[in-house]
Amino acid sequence: MLLRTFQGMIGLLFLMQVTAAKAELTIEIVGAGEYQFPVAIVPFSGDGKLAQVIRDVVVGDLQRSGLFRMVDPEGVSPQSVADVAYGDWQIRGAEALVIGSVAFRDDGRAEARFHLLDVVKQVKLSEQVVSADAGQVRAVGHRVADLIYEKLTGDRGVFNTRIAYVNRIGRKYNLVVADSDGYNEQVVLSQDHPVMSPAWSPDGSHLAYVGFETGHAVVYVQSLYTGQRKVLADYAGSNSAPAWSPDGRQLAIVLTRDGSSQIYLVRPDGSGVRRITFSDAIDTEPDFSPDGQHLLFSSDRGGSVQIYRMPAMGGLAQRMTFGEGNNFSPRHSHDGKSFVFAHFRNGKFHIAVQDFKTEQMEILTEGGWDKKPSFAPNDKLIMFASEARGRGILATVSSDGRVKQRIFSQSGDAREPVWGPYP
Amino acid sequence: MKKLVISIVLVNLLAACASEKPKETAQAPAPAAAATERTAPAPAAAVDELNDANSILANRSTYYPFDVSVVQEADKPLVKAHARYLSENLDRSVRLEGNCDERGSNEYNLGLGQRRADGVKKMLILGGAKSSQITTVSYGEERPRATGHNEASWKQNRRTDLVY
Repeated sequence: MLLRTFQGMIGLLFLMQVTAAKAELTIEIVGAGEYQFPVAIVPFSGDGKLAQVIRDVVVGDLQRSGLFRMVDPEGVSPQSVADVAYGDWQIRGAEALVIGSVAFRDDGRAEARFHLLDVVKQVKLSEQVVSADAGQVRAVGHRVADLIYEKLTGDRGVFNTRIAYVNRIGRKYNLVVADSDGYNEQVVLSQDHPVMSPAWSPDGSHLAYVGFETGHAVVYVQSLYTGQRKVLADYAGSNSAPAWSPDGRQLAIVLTRDGSSQIYLVRPDGSGVRRITFSDAIDTEPDFSPDGQHLLFSSDRGGSVQIYRMPAMGGLAQRMTFGEGNNFSPRHSHDGKSFVFAHFRNGKFHIAVQDFKTEQMEILTEGGWDKKPSFAPNDKLIMFASEARGRGILATVSSDGRVKQRIFSQSGDAREPVWGPYP
Repeated sequence: MKKLVISIVLVNLLAACASEKPKETAQAPAPAAAATERTAPAPAAAVDELNDANSILANRSTYYPFDVSVVQEADKPLVKAHARYLSENLDRSVRLEGNCDERGSNEYNLGLGQRRADGVKKMLILGGAKSSQITTVSYGEERPRATGHNEASWKQNRRTDLVY
């Protein structure tokens, strides 16, 4: 029997300047995967309110992936495997069934126990227990959804990951960390000056970002545990575009201290600044390959803005994108096989991906103001900044372009999203 | 409004004097300071050309075509006038703020805005201003003057502001 306890998976984050935002999110899903796996999730037994929240999170997560179709349990809610009438669930069209119970334990933690059943083969696929601090109830749901997703697709789930983005409300800029579904917003920085380009450290403990509070662009590194922050780079001109190396031991940044925007490497404490591009063009938006050996970046060195690739230690750059239009903001997939970027053509920004081997570009979104894409840690989804109804919003598209969702927050313009690492 | 501008200028001047003082006593020879004062006698200083709404110096922005950072012909007289003013008023300093429209990534635009500001700086120095009188910054596309997704807005946002 598979019985695993996922305790302490969800570390408590002590965020400074935390504002408990009562987020009223609206999520719209467009499109669907080629095949959607039919799954029925029966209401969990136990504490009614807790059961409702956790089930809603699980259903929401699985639906947003675009890979699952929810089968209505039609009021039937077996409480144990022995109560399951497999034939009835086959008639309802379900191929998988989730039953479970929830409870607040004596130590105060919220717990969910669930069984995932294969309706066709009439066998139990897994039985698991997930728990988290009582204040992290949604995290229990995300973890349950991850486990179901992993069992049924073979891919690791990303529902229990976090995103960072900037929310602009009037003149106020909030740097926000939230769950991957946009809920559980925590404001980690709030000020009346622009904030841009948040970048997760590989272990998810720190954010590097660009702030303008001293009157020009300065790169900061802030701990998400203590809220403490340090200046990473504050040279004359602009300091920007931080990107962590996969081992977290250095960052690529962009400085204008020696002329036009050029790429430099720096240690996380701000020491050891070393220039690695030598052009009189704008070289910016560096992004490390997963093996740390290469950087992608955008540059106008060829006349128009395109994506280039170079050794991370410095050396010759190779142009990666050709053809009509300009290309910005490259980011590697986590498997290192492709990269995603913002493609600007005929007055519209699209999200596009390009495979390193085939060198073929594929446009994933119809276009508008789609900018700043980044892959989910499992490479199945891409998050980006978009615009709808006159507002900046967060959006995702599946990496095959089939499923899109738009996340509307209660107020302000959401921009600069970046998907964080696995917890 | 005008009063406010003047008082800000005065505050800036006072601040500049206060902060510059130790340096002057340490390095800058007194005669130089005296010389600049003589070329700009007290009554003239009271009507600072910078505050004359009819002066070319009242224009404080240069504008650009899309993805261009060189100062345009139309704006050269303005930049040259500011260069002359700075060269004749070495106690004044200017902050050049480069801005862009939203058609680009914000990081690319940060670079482009910096290049726009640096272009104005070069021209100011050619015109006689001292490098030490000038700081350049870029706001990229982060501080648009107009927020529409159209050329009418974009052309206002592609600019370098000269801020005294």
